[in-house]
Amino acid sequence: MSITVPEEGLLARAARFSPPRRYLPVLGTFALFIGMFGVGGIRYEGFADPQVFLTLLLDNAFLIVLAVGMTFVILTGGIDLSVGSNVALSTLIAARTLELGWPVVAVIGVVLLAGTLLGTAMGLLIHYFDIQPFIATLAGMFLARGLCYLISVDSIPIKDETFSAIAFGSITLPGGYYLGWTAVFALVIVAVAAYVLSSTRFGRTVYALGGSEPSALLMGLPVAATKVGVYAISGLCAALGGLLFALYTLSGYSLHAVGMELDAIAAVVIGGTLLTGGRGFVIGSLLGVLVLGTIQTFISFDGTLSSWWTRITIGVLVLVFVVAQRVLTRR
Amino acid sequence: MSQAEVKPPGPVVEMLDVSITFGAVRALDEVSLRLLPGEVHALMGENGAGKSTLIKALTGVYTIDSGRVVIDGVETQFATPAAAQHAGISTVYQEVNLVPNLTVAENMLLGREPRRLGRIDRREMNRRAAASLQALGIDVDPASELGSHPIAVQQLVAIARAVDTDARVLILDEPTSSLDADEVARLFEVMRRLRDHGTAIVFVSHFLDQVFEISDRMTILRNGRVVGERLVEETTQLELVQLMIGRDLQVLERLDHAAHEATEETSAEQRLPVLSAVGLGRKGSLEATDLNLYAGEVVGIAGLLGSGRTELARLLFGADAPDTGDLTVKGSSRRRLRSPRHAIDRKLAFCSEDRKAEGVFGELSVADNMLLGLQASRGWLRPIPAITRSTLVSEFMTALDIRPADPSLPMRSLSGGNQQKVLLARWLITEPDVLLLDEPTRGIDIGAKTQIQQLVADLAEKGMSVVFISAELEEVLRLSHRLVVLKDRRKIAERPNRGIDVNDVLEIITGEPGGLVEKEWADA
Repeated sequence: MSITVPEEGLLARAARFSPPRRYLPVLGTFALFIGMFGVGGIRYEGFADPQVFLTLLLDNAFLIVLAVGMTFVILTGGIDLSVGSNVALSTLIAARTLELGWPVVAVIGVVLLAGTLLGTAMGLLIHYFDIQPFIATLAGMFLARGLCYLISVDSIPIKDETFSAIAFGSITLPGGYYLGWTAVFALVIVAVAAYVLSSTRFGRTVYALGGSEPSALLMGLPVAATKVGVYAISGLCAALGGLLFALYTLSGYSLHAVGMELDAIAAVVIGGTLLTGGRGFVIGSLLGVLVLGTIQTFISFDGTLSSWWTRITIGVLVLVFVVAQRVLTRR
Repeated sequence: MSQAEVKPPGPVVEMLDVSITFGAVRALDEVSLRLLPGEVHALMGENGAGKSTLIKALTGVYTIDSGRVVIDGVETQFATPAAAQHAGISTVYQEVNLVPNLTVAENMLLGREPRRLGRIDRREMNRRAAASLQALGIDVDPASELGSHPIAVQQLVAIARAVDTDARVLILDEPTSSLDADEVARLFEVMRRLRDHGTAIVFVSHFLDQVFEISDRMTILRNGRVVGERLVEETTQLELVQLMIGRDLQVLERLDHAAHEATEETSAEQRLPVLSAVGLGRKGSLEATDLNLYAGEVVGIAGLLGSGRTELARLLFGADAPDTGDLTVKGSSRRRLRSPRHAIDRKLAFCSEDRKAEGVFGELSVADNMLLGLQASRGWLRPIPAITRSTLVSEFMTALDIRPADPSLPMRSLSGGNQQKVLLARWLITEPDVLLLDEPTRGIDIGAKTQIQQLVADLAEKGMSVVFISAELEEVLRLSHRLVVLKDRRKIAERPNRGIDVNDVLEIITGEPGGLVEKEWADA
């Protein structure tokens, strides 16, 4: 069956264009981000420089990766509180194994394995023992944080040359701008995740789970594998985020990333993903992180504002977005 | 799919002496079921007879305790619904079991999406979905979000999904309950076509006419046991009903007489209304309406779907705030009842049509569900004494014949009809003056229906004022003393129920002679 679309002027079509409802929250976040950058550009000299935006990506690379993993979990209607502690644990495992002289590849492998295992274990608990995600990942959060102290109470510096090279390495863009490797990596993760969610069976099952778990079960979808899978992915993303954080700070420390899981959740919510699951996009979470980062940039450019304004703004934004979602999805 | 001319001789599904026990309840007791290829097999029984349990036992949702399931001559036990689906047994459950946040096409092909190099081929998916929808004559954009369509369309999509799997066995659990006559006809067409291609179809429905129209053979269940396996052409509706409920239908006839005798008495008396609405209305839901309710009288509300039946009940109860009008409860006037809580204080009770969402607390016990209303009206600080609790509960369990007769069972384990009775009991315990019943008999079986109708008649006789809303006109006419007819969110007629029959009401609504539109009425 072929459908012939009648020829139509581009302008006429653009004028009639109204985005489907499900894209509205993401577009809202995008507009907010653009608006904030616009205001910043007018108020502060140098704010509108593209390098500010590129640095924003670099400074938040780890949070972007965390938010990607969190998006998978929240889309199924779950939550993962363990990712902050998982990041700290990852930085410590990396720093400690490097200190012991392990090769970089082995270090990365161990970190990713540990993070994924933690996530998988929580996923298994959540699915097979029917434990609420909040509780299971709360336990995971304490466990991971506790394990950090087992490795080291003090901060361990990372002096490995490969690590430093990646940390300070960047690609040069036309016009003399540069983008750090870690930021490039984070963007690749976002792209992969967006592809998985939109174009694979696993991704569609994630959305189906968030829509109605009993239905998904009766439709014969692989509910167990998918549910455990999203927590494994979140764990993996936390480990990746941990590696990026280790690169960012060049250290491993048990007090790293305290409360970072809440930043990730806030970013996902501001990015328009519904906390009850089934609706949202990874690209929204990326925008959510960028909005959070822009607030911080704002404050550092201003110089007279205190840093707690970051928190206050995030609080207000999360509230506004949750209420807006309610209003949008009411009917 | 097998060729029509060489049908395999044996049954495609054979369930032998299957038993399932939930706690102390024996849900299935040595039930046997035979499905032949190329037949529509009706599974009949009251609510709680074990139809759904039997289906779920076959499709791997429940594990059977004893007995055998033989598919194509091979003994099988499906571990999951996915395994059953894979073996060619597709099910459309009573409640639409799809995900509202994905598109129609995604819902139809979820788990079987066409892929190219591991990537979901969205265009191919929409094309395939459009083709199967078109084959069923369903006019829906496959790329639209499922949740944006009405339930009837979602139901058809669910059926399209099941049909699309090339199922050898297609199980349809109450597929027609939310479809109108045209949609039912279309569904039957599809069912016949599938049957002629050798598919075995299990059809569960409360609509006897539909069962007799489409089915070839039927298995009748009662209380978890098989009480008969018949050829449809050799069975009458009366025989079937007697098998299903195990008692005869004279109760209904007695009701007819009771209602009409009462009519004579009530109209003779002039009394003060218990509840009186003057110009009660709300923008977008009901135009300004006058209505008086008297003690000891059943007021039937008749009207098509969307005529404002439920809206009227909600306004009377204060569940929606009216824009205009006055509501007087026993002489004390108030512009509006502020909230349901307020209404309960004034001895009003409202049984919602959506018992799943607005009435049942599935995890709480039957006893707790029953006592919720009373506890709410007493206030949370005054607990109900244990003795009063158990007396009240056992009294109403017996009076309403709630089965299984164990008040400690969780509410969700009861069948629809019995849940409805528990909800009725919840309100009756609060001893209301006015009882608003919105579709109290929808989706429940004939036995429970009769009991609830009997109860309504009894309550009115004892002096309660009852508002009875139902899409089934016969039922409204049987019970009511006075009839209010709504159309397009407006009251168009109010008259005593004397000598009115279905055709008269249809005439009132349509302005045409009733006989012509009787079929349409059945849709509502």
